[in-house]
Amino acid sequence: MKNKIALDSLTVGYNGNPLISDITLSLVPGEILSLIGPNGAGKSTILKTITRHLASIGGTIYIDGNDMHSMNGRDIATRMAVVLTDRVRPELMTCYELVATGRYPYTGNFGRLTPEDKAIVTKSLETVHALEIADRDVSEISDGQRQRIMLARAICQDPEIIVLDEPTSFLDIKHKIELLEILRSMAKERGITVVMSLHDIDLAEKISDKIVCVKGDHIAAYGTPDEIITDETISKLYEIERGSFNALFGSVELDAPKGEPRCFVIGGAGYGVQFYRALQKRGVPFAAGILFDNDIDTAIARSLSDHLVCAQAFAPIGSELATRAKALINSVEYVIDSGCPVGEFNQANAELLEYARSCGKSVISSLEELAEATL
Amino acid sequence: MTGESRNRIRYTIVFVGLLVLFCVSIIWNINTGSVSIPLKDILSIIFRGDATDATAYGIIWKIRLPRLMLAAVLGGALSLSGFLLQTFFRNPIAGPFVLGISSGAKMFLAVVTIGLSSAFTYIPVIFTVIAAFLGSMLSMFIVLAFSGKIKNMSMLLVIGIMISYICSAVTDFLINFANESDIVNLTHWSHGSFSAASWSDVGISAAIILPTALVVFFLSKPISAYTLGEGYARSLGVNIKLFRILLIILSSILSAAVTAFAGPISFVGIAVPHICRLMLKTTKPVLMIPASFLCGAVFCMFCDLVARTVFSPVELSISTVTSAIGAPIVIWLMVTRRSKREE
Repeated sequence: MKNKIALDSLTVGYNGNPLISDITLSLVPGEILSLIGPNGAGKSTILKTITRHLASIGGTIYIDGNDMHSMNGRDIATRMAVVLTDRVRPELMTCYELVATGRYPYTGNFGRLTPEDKAIVTKSLETVHALEIADRDVSEISDGQRQRIMLARAICQDPEIIVLDEPTSFLDIKHKIELLEILRSMAKERGITVVMSLHDIDLAEKISDKIVCVKGDHIAAYGTPDEIITDETISKLYEIERGSFNALFGSVELDAPKGEPRCFVIGGAGYGVQFYRALQKRGVPFAAGILFDNDIDTAIARSLSDHLVCAQAFAPIGSELATRAKALINSVEYVIDSGCPVGEFNQANAELLEYARSCGKSVISSLEELAEATL
Repeated sequence: MTGESRNRIRYTIVFVGLLVLFCVSIIWNINTGSVSIPLKDILSIIFRGDATDATAYGIIWKIRLPRLMLAAVLGGALSLSGFLLQTFFRNPIAGPFVLGISSGAKMFLAVVTIGLSSAFTYIPVIFTVIAAFLGSMLSMFIVLAFSGKIKNMSMLLVIGIMISYICSAVTDFLINFANESDIVNLTHWSHGSFSAASWSDVGISAAIILPTALVVFFLSKPISAYTLGEGYARSLGVNIKLFRILLIILSSILSAAVTAFAGPISFVGIAVPHICRLMLKTTKPVLMIPASFLCGAVFCMFCDLVARTVFSPVELSISTVTSAIGAPIVIWLMVTRRSKREE
C-alpha cells in the first residue's frame, strides 16, 4: 500500500535550534502511530511540526507522496485534522457549532453550512457518541465529553490523517478506553491514519500499529509494539531507576524493597501477589518461591523481590531449587503460606511449608496476620 | 431542528429591534435639544428639503444631523474595533481604550497639533487621521510584542493600562510647551466629543470606516475559525500571519478614525459587543459584526443625546456618559464570568 504520510529525516525544534533530528518513518492508510517518551522529550514538537504549527528545521514531510511544503493551507486542511492540547473555551457556542467549525475548508465565503455539511456534522457527533450533548454549551460539558467533541470536530473535517496531542490526558480510564476505541474503529473502518502522542504506555501498546520512542536528540526506537514495548526499552526510555515497567501486563511496579529477606512467601497461581504488594508497601524485603517461570506470581515477584526461587515452566521442581528455598527459609523468621493449591508439580511447596513448621518458623496465612506480625 | 429555527427567530428579532432603535434614536436626537422640533417638521425638512423654517432647517442640517451621523459612524467603528480586539486577544474586556490604543493615538495627535500649529494656522483633517492611526499602530505593536511573551490575560491588560499612562505622560509633557489655544483644543478633544461635527468630518470618517467595516464583515469566516484559537485556525487552513496583520490593521484603522474625530471614547468597545453577545446568544462573527456596528451606532447616539441634554445647557463629554454606562457593564461582565468559571 502507498504511504499516506511519511517523514524523511525530519529535524524539529524551536527557533531554528534542532531538538530532535533525523526522524524517518512512514504510515499507510489506517495505521495508528503512537509517540511515547518522557515529559519534555519533544513529542509535541514533532506533532506540531507535522501539523505545520512549527516550521521544520530539516528534512521533508510527505502526504500522499507530495512534499507538504508545496501544499497550500486548504489542501492540507482537507487531508489532516488535529486535536490539540489547547484548552478551548469558546463562549456561547454549542457542541454542534464547535464540531461544525471542522467544515471550514469546505464551506463558502461566509461559512454557511449546506444540508450536506449538516449531515456530516451530525454523523461526526454520532461517531463519538455525543449526539445527545449536541445542543449543550461547550462550557457546560465534562473533560471527557469535551475531548470527544474535539475529536468529532476533527472527524468532521473529513481528513485522511488525524493528529492528536495527548488525547487521553485529563481523562479517566473509562473515557480513555472509549476515545481509543473510537480512534481504532475510525482507522480500521475508514482508513484514517492516526498519529498521536500518548502518556499511557500500556494503551499505546494495545492500540498502536507502530510506536516511536522519543528521547534525547533522536528517535530512541521505532517499530511495532512487540518490538518496542519490552521491560528494558521502557525502563531505559523513561530512565526508571526505582520501580520497574512490566511489559507483559503493561503496568508499573514500584521499587522492590532492598536488603536481606525477612520473610519467605510460598506462592503460586496468583495467590502470592497480595502478599508481595503488602510487603512492598511496608518496605519489607522478602524471598518468594517456589514459582514456575510461567506463573502470574512470577511476573510480579520478579519486580518486587530480589530473592526469587523460580522453576522451569511445566516441569517438576528439582531438588537443588528445594535446597535453595530451604536455605532462604532458614535465614528468615516468618514464612507466608499464600494458600496456593498444591498439585502434582508443586508438591515441593507443601514440603517447604512442612519444613518451615518443623524449624519453628512463624507461619502467616492471611493478610490480617501479616498486618499484626512485627517483621 | 427546533433549536436552529428558534435561533433564527432570535437573530431576526435582534436585528429588527436594532434597526428600529436606530431610527428611533435618530429622530429622538434630532427632535431633542435647546430647540425641540416636532416630528412632522423633521420629516419634511429631511426628506422634502423644506426650508420654510430656516432656523429649524439650519439646526437640523448644520448641527444635529452631522453630529448624529458622526456619532453613529464612530460608535459603530468603536464597537467593531472592540469586537476585533476581543477576538484577537481572546479576552472579553480587550478594547481600544483598555489596551492603550486610544492613548497612543492621542499622543501622536498632540505631537501633530502642537508641533504643526506654528507652521499651519489650520491643520488638515487628514494629518490628524494619519497621526492618530500611527499612534494606534504603535500602541498596538507594543501590546502585541508583549502579548507574544505573556499568555496571561490580566497581564495584557496591565500592559495596556501602563501604555496609556506613558502616552498620557508624554501628552501632558507636550502640553507644557503648547500655546493656550492648542491646550484648549486638546483638552476638549481628549475628553471626547461629537460636538462641532461638520459634514466633511462625517464624509471623511464614513469614507474610512464603512469600507473597513465591510472588509471586516467579509473576513467573518476566518474570524470564526480564530475563535477556537490560533492552533485550530491554522489547521483549518487560515493563513495566520496574514490574518493577524489584517486584524491589527483593521482594528487600528477603526479606533484611529474614532480617536481622530472624536477623541478617546471609553468603554463602547467593551460594552457594546458584550451586549450584542447577550442578545444574540452567539459569538458567530457573521452575526456579531453587523450587530456590533449597529448597536454601537445606537449606543453612541443615545450617549450623545444624554451628554448634550441631561445637564443642558452644560454639555458633558461623551466619555463621561459612555463610562458611566459602560463601566458597570464591564464590572458585571468580569464578575459573572469569574463565577461561571469557578462553578
